[in-house]
Amino acid sequence: MTDAAMTPDSAHPSKSLTHADERTKKRNAAERRFHAYGIGAICTGMFFLIALLAAILSSGLPAFRQAVVEVPFTLTQEQYDEAEKALLKTGKYTEYFVTSLTDAMESEGVEIEFDKKAIERLLGKVGGDLRAYYRENEDQLGTPVSFELAAASRVDRYLKGTFKREDLQSGNRFFMPEDFNLIDAMREAGLIKQVFNWNFLTGVDTGVDNPGGAGIGASVLGSFFMMLVVLVLSLPIGVAASIYLEEFAPKNRFTDFIEVNISNLAAVPSIVFGILGLAVFIQFAHLPQSAPLVGGLVLTLMTLPTIIISTRASLKAVPPSIRDAALGVGASKMQAVFHHVLPLAAPGILTGTIIGLAQALGETAPLLLIGMVGFVARYPDTFVEGFIEPNSAVPAQIYNWAARSDAVFTEKAWGGIIVLLLFLITMNTIAVILRRRFERRW
Amino acid sequence: MPAIWLTLIVLAISAIGFFMGRQRALASAGGDSRNLHSLPIYYGSNAFMKSIVPAFGLMVLWMLVQPLFIDNRVVQMIPENEVAQGSNVGLVMSEVRRTADGLSKAVDVGLLDEETARNGAADLADVTQRLKDAGQVVTSEITQTVLNASQAYRSMAQTSNIMMTIAVLIVAVAGAAWGTMESTKSFRARNTVEQGVLALLIAAASVAILTTIGIILSLIFNTIEFFRLYPASEFFFLLEWAPSFSGRGGASSLGILPLLWGTLYISFVALLVAVPIGLFAAIYLSEYARPKMRSIAKPMLEILAGIPTIVYGLFALLTIGPILLSVFGDDGLGWMQGQRAVLTAGLAMGIMLIPFVSSLSDDIINAVPQAMRDGSYGLGATKSETIKQVVLPAALPGIVGAILLAASRAIGETMIVVLGAGAAARLSLNPFEAMTTVTAKIVSQLTGDSDFASPEALVAFALGMTLFIMTLGLNVFALYIVRKYREQYE
Repeated sequence: MTDAAMTPDSAHPSKSLTHADERTKKRNAAERRFHAYGIGAICTGMFFLIALLAAILSSGLPAFRQAVVEVPFTLTQEQYDEAEKALLKTGKYTEYFVTSLTDAMESEGVEIEFDKKAIERLLGKVGGDLRAYYRENEDQLGTPVSFELAAASRVDRYLKGTFKREDLQSGNRFFMPEDFNLIDAMREAGLIKQVFNWNFLTGVDTGVDNPGGAGIGASVLGSFFMMLVVLVLSLPIGVAASIYLEEFAPKNRFTDFIEVNISNLAAVPSIVFGILGLAVFIQFAHLPQSAPLVGGLVLTLMTLPTIIISTRASLKAVPPSIRDAALGVGASKMQAVFHHVLPLAAPGILTGTIIGLAQALGETAPLLLIGMVGFVARYPDTFVEGFIEPNSAVPAQIYNWAARSDAVFTEKAWGGIIVLLLFLITMNTIAVILRRRFERRW
Repeated sequence: MPAIWLTLIVLAISAIGFFMGRQRALASAGGDSRNLHSLPIYYGSNAFMKSIVPAFGLMVLWMLVQPLFIDNRVVQMIPENEVAQGSNVGLVMSEVRRTADGLSKAVDVGLLDEETARNGAADLADVTQRLKDAGQVVTSEITQTVLNASQAYRSMAQTSNIMMTIAVLIVAVAGAAWGTMESTKSFRARNTVEQGVLALLIAAASVAILTTIGIILSLIFNTIEFFRLYPASEFFFLLEWAPSFSGRGGASSLGILPLLWGTLYISFVALLVAVPIGLFAAIYLSEYARPKMRSIAKPMLEILAGIPTIVYGLFALLTIGPILLSVFGDDGLGWMQGQRAVLTAGLAMGIMLIPFVSSLSDDIINAVPQAMRDGSYGLGATKSETIKQVVLPAALPGIVGAILLAASRAIGETMIVVLGAGAAARLSLNPFEAMTTVTAKIVSQLTGDSDFASPEALVAFALGMTLFIMTLGLNVFALYIVRKYREQYE
């Protein structure tokens, strides 16, 4: 018996389970800190994701809206005849329009002075549109027609709040300071409304002088043709290569070499594939530049490793008993693979292919090298031309818009990203659904 | 499109071969398929395969060789002195090809009759004018040599096309006939067809090898061509990147070092963002998070990996850049001049790499055996002590491998730096300055100008070669480390 044992609180005062000592407190604090770092990392990641999505949505959604001015308009037979006799026919129509616009605003109690020029600055060539309409529909003469006229991009941006009075130093032929008053007046009279901008989805790229009219339609079609090439080439080649490597390949140097090649190709930067496409398909084989065909070929080579890797995984997931059973009833090895293993692996292969396609759809860098950034403002005329005529692709078009200085194009670029992401989300959702529905646990 | 018609005709011939082969085999067995060696469909497939594979093979081969052959013949028609100063034979040849193409299109539209298009003595000015009327892009003056060369080119191409059509059709018919002749009841059709299919499978698997060879050859040849025009020592050691825009060669300084510096600097910033966040996220998800939290947070982080790089590029240029500028720019601390800077691109790239680092590290941390953790807990260690002193050291080689893979991704990334990093090549330590990278310069040197003969364009291939070797080296090294680590616990 020692004295120390009798007085526990003197030598080791806190060797107690209920009271933590300094060292334990420190260790527990370190534990909590470490835990907090982990949560912090997750939260930072989430924050970046949310910031990214918020930036995309807030900057991109305005691209889908378009301000239109809706004006009730009546043209009598006499006015029509008079205008058709006039020297400046469309000018006459614009004058009529100015009158009815003034009337429409006055009936709402808003009065403002403006001229033909201002209308043309804000609404484009109104006279031409009206004339074209009435020449087509002469029976509409005398009856009130409600016209929806798309406003110019600056009007659009003023209404959205991205273009302010103080941004305009001095007037030019596109916009004068007093035009702001006219816009405000029309808004007060309730003539301006926001509609969905179909032109953005169906239209083609425009030059820098008409940023508001630019649309992504033609490049969506270019991407579509490219994806068609990728699908038609990479699916059969990828599946065939995987079947060989997984089911038939003997273990030898050649097989090893192929495997090393595939895993290395999966990690080669995409721009190097662009260089390959430029040197082999354009420089050497003289295929047309900027054509979706060439883009598709390059993206095929890029997607192949992805598809091969996922296809091999789904072939591997089919249990050997299936093969043994097929061989046991007298099928040849080839028959066992093609009649039994492949159909069972099909959902997995399809999922992998869709994910590979989604990756290829968003790829930009190789497309820049094979020239898919040019200003191409038209739809292909025939199906075959869709492959060989120069076109753009959605990501290349986005890059193109982002590289221009006009703020309207920036908005279009964000809008294009929404379109691109919608396609990607759809494809990935299909892949997930396929996997959930057909996945089989053996 | 004659090629499409030819394809369809070959397909039709092969289909006929299929039915004839099947029919003949059945007939030889007296209509009873049990007397055949193989199922009837294999006899048909045999004939189909023997017809279509050689025919398409010949067609593709012909189309590849024809331009080379014709180019060779036509080049001899262009005398040395016709090649203008500052130009080269390649440029003249592309002119010839364009003109030949234009002639054909003009004939199609009806502005030019076949006679004139072929006539070597045709009036130069007249033909040029007609080509322009037909909407063909031709340079202002087609010289007599170019016109004659392109006429020769055109007629040779036409002859060659006719010959190709005939040869391909003969091969297709012969193949179909051969396959049909073989179809007797004792012929082992299934074995033949399966061998053919196996050959096709091997060919498909070899596409990966062909791609690699294609990449290496296209890089090597153009790089050699570049070093012939520009001294290698300057490329590797010059501290300046200043390509001339107007002239061809001469005044350009094409040193890779500033570009490499920019690439490594931006990648370093990106890893500085991605590695801590990604690693801690992986540790949290695999060691602390409950299954429910994990099933939500992990896919959310992986969304970041599925977003195309052009989106990150735009995010860098239009969101991160302005935010940084408002803090560090002239209104704030006054350190930053423009939106494009090392930090702008580095941050965006870091965000892109977070899920890459986290999912790779997650796999590796999960692969550490539970027994090691249990041993540590048994000795009284807390969770974080176990992670820091047991799990992480065990997983370290794998994590290093993951970071190397992320670095290789960062070095090869293009769109973010094209949009976010700027265009000026600088050797500077200031992260608020604009710098440029190897990938961004590959893009800027190869877009727009289609003349591949100048050192300013060819340098892109040398840059591509450098990039290829760097990323390949990093990948091989990373995989080596990861593989070595995995063997420890098996």
